[in-house]
Amino acid sequence: MSRNGTSGKNGRLDVRKTYKMLVGGAFVRSESGRALDVEAPGGGWLGHVCRASRKDFRNAVVAARKAASGWATATSYLKGQILYRAAEMLEGRASGFREVLQSIGLSPVAAKTEVSQAIDLLVYYAGWADKYLQVFGAVNPVATPHFNFSVTEPMGVVAYVAGEKRPLLDLVSGIAPIVVGGNTVITLSTGRAAVAAMELGEVLETSDFPPGVINLLCGLREELVGQMSSHMDVNALVVQGGDEKEHTASREACALNLKRYFPRDPGGKGDEDPYRILDTVEIKTTWHPVGG
Amino acid sequence: MGADWGYAPAPESADHFKLKDHYGLFIGGKFVPAVSGKRFKTINPANEKVIAEVADGGEKDVDKAVKTARAAYDKVWRKLSGRERGKYLYRIARIIQERSRELAVVESMDGGKPIRESRDVDIPLAAAHFFYHAGWADKLGYAFPGKSVSPIGVAGQIIPWNFPLLMVAWKVAPALACGNTVVLKPAETTPLTALLFAEICQEAGLPEGVFSLVTGAGATGAALVNHPGLNKVAFTGSTEVGKLIQKSLAGRGTKLTLELGGKAAHIIFEDATIDQAVEGIINGIYFNQGHVCCAGSRLLVQESVEEEVVTKLKARMETLMVGDPLDKNTDIGAINSKAQCDRIRDYLKIGEEEGAELFQTQCSVPEKGYWIRPSFFTKVAQSHRIVQEEIFGPVLAIQSFRTLNEALEKANNTPYGLSGGVWTDKGAKIFKVTRGIRAGVIWANTFNKFDPTSPFGGYKESGYGREGGRHGLRPYVELS
Repeated sequence: MSRNGTSGKNGRLDVRKTYKMLVGGAFVRSESGRALDVEAPGGGWLGHVCRASRKDFRNAVVAARKAASGWATATSYLKGQILYRAAEMLEGRASGFREVLQSIGLSPVAAKTEVSQAIDLLVYYAGWADKYLQVFGAVNPVATPHFNFSVTEPMGVVAYVAGEKRPLLDLVSGIAPIVVGGNTVITLSTGRAAVAAMELGEVLETSDFPPGVINLLCGLREELVGQMSSHMDVNALVVQGGDEKEHTASREACALNLKRYFPRDPGGKGDEDPYRILDTVEIKTTWHPVGG
Repeated sequence: MGADWGYAPAPESADHFKLKDHYGLFIGGKFVPAVSGKRFKTINPANEKVIAEVADGGEKDVDKAVKTARAAYDKVWRKLSGRERGKYLYRIARIIQERSRELAVVESMDGGKPIRESRDVDIPLAAAHFFYHAGWADKLGYAFPGKSVSPIGVAGQIIPWNFPLLMVAWKVAPALACGNTVVLKPAETTPLTALLFAEICQEAGLPEGVFSLVTGAGATGAALVNHPGLNKVAFTGSTEVGKLIQKSLAGRGTKLTLELGGKAAHIIFEDATIDQAVEGIINGIYFNQGHVCCAGSRLLVQESVEEEVVTKLKARMETLMVGDPLDKNTDIGAINSKAQCDRIRDYLKIGEEEGAELFQTQCSVPEKGYWIRPSFFTKVAQSHRIVQEEIFGPVLAIQSFRTLNEALEKANNTPYGLSGGVWTDKGAKIFKVTRGIRAGVIWANTFNKFDPTSPFGGYKESGYGREGGRHGLRPYVELS
């Protein structure tokens, strides 16, 4: 990507890309019409990204809720296939992604590593799609004549605030366990990482995810986290980073509808951790008599 | 039922044990008075007589209890092998079994539940919970494959009055098995079996401070929740209080699990075995006077069999015996407290004012004590408060439906998600409905069954975390 080049080789003018958010399967600008300047790593202007409003978030929740039951009941096999497809799509655009990551400040080596890890992480969670229930579910030997079993079920709509440190991986490592658990997700990316997030939208949109399963917003954390934690139709909030003040406010607001809240440390520890799938699923236990 | 065909009284005797006039707090392995010297009375809701006086714990008492729990955690309990921890739990399980009759009678005297239920459900299940968790103590690595497991620390636990000793077991057994120490606050109307449980801990030789008990009302609970020395809070009670607890813990790292209210849908399809379903409805809402968070308090019955179900339900309800909780024939005991009785009466009034039609059985009830006859409402709308709000009493709201999707729509139209039920003889339909209800526990062709191996807990505003089963260990461990 060459955002600040005004002219390319042979006097040809670059065709720039307008970065749009992904909501309900459509690429959209903020309903507010607002944009944020993204500063280039070395200073200067890199480009614009959308500045999502609270209304954008509410719209995304509507899209995510609409997609929730279809995605929840999609077979595990299909979910795995689609996550794997996302890995394929990302692999196909790996060189482009490396350029994007470099343009927002990563070294060539770091960019290469991050893209590779993101692809591998998608493959990793694709593989969990039809296995975590076997590992984390149970048949329970109750002391009465009943068949009793516990399964995982998605919570529903999950909001995720991605960190900025690893522009691509922080986002993918949040999305993958949430959607493999059968939830739909609305993510918020901030700062320069928003550029990578909006690029990822183009990958996900060609990965057979049904519209609304993954919704990507970008904007200001301090403007949107309060809406994410207090929204009454969001079942869980997962956040990376954030200070104590934000966590306290979020926990308080989550109490409005007993939204599940999971703050996570930034950084790669736990990227490959199937117990993260468990964070945003419920355990349902069913009883049925055994008899003639 | 005609008087000629009534049952002769068959009261369970209460002469094989002696309760004390007053009980202290149980802190550091000893019974001690509250620092303030204050006590409150616990009464028998079936005759309004005082059974005993109980220490009213305050902030200072809570502080003492948490500090002894911390010391016991650091110096003794966390260092003990899982095998040895488990052996203490086995001892406790055995002593509960040995003292089962005493515990059952005291449970019925203090809380008003029929002796048949305390004897056959509460006490045996409490013992079973300790047995089950005792065996986990040295096997926790197998519960969390790929992880190393350690305890969290000191847990503060607050329990309700509907299953007093059973809730002690649900809370304490997994906490201790996983290597945590506990400070527990029982409900102010039902402290006695928790106090007997403290005696049992003494008899079992449980190291001092591993389990402490601070009796008192809401203020005592608030003092416990707000104590900075806790690593974990577990609460069972109303959704309203659960939300307050989450808010008050917001600025701290204290872990929290909540088991809160419910308004379960109980769905009867036309192809159900109706007679069995009627038994299920009775068990679903009139078990334990309806003081059950997972009670099947909303009946959704398919239109084609509505009349049949309601007629049979009325007939069956008329056979329910309301009265002396210690009588072995009693089906429905006393309402737990005057406050709860008033609350239920308010809802009966609200239901009628909203335009619903009330049915109550004709049985006689004793003059003294707190009683509500088995009741249900028909002609209710989804928006009625008696459909939306948890009544926590023997009051059922009956709605009808035509299609499976309509039933699910109504079932899920609530902020709660604790439990649900379905009756049909069609296997595929069972799976469709049990999957479709957004709740943590689903009973199909049965209702209100519990087991220590079976995870219990809610979706949505019914709280989070599970109790029982392998999943019930998760709230009491750190994984790394």
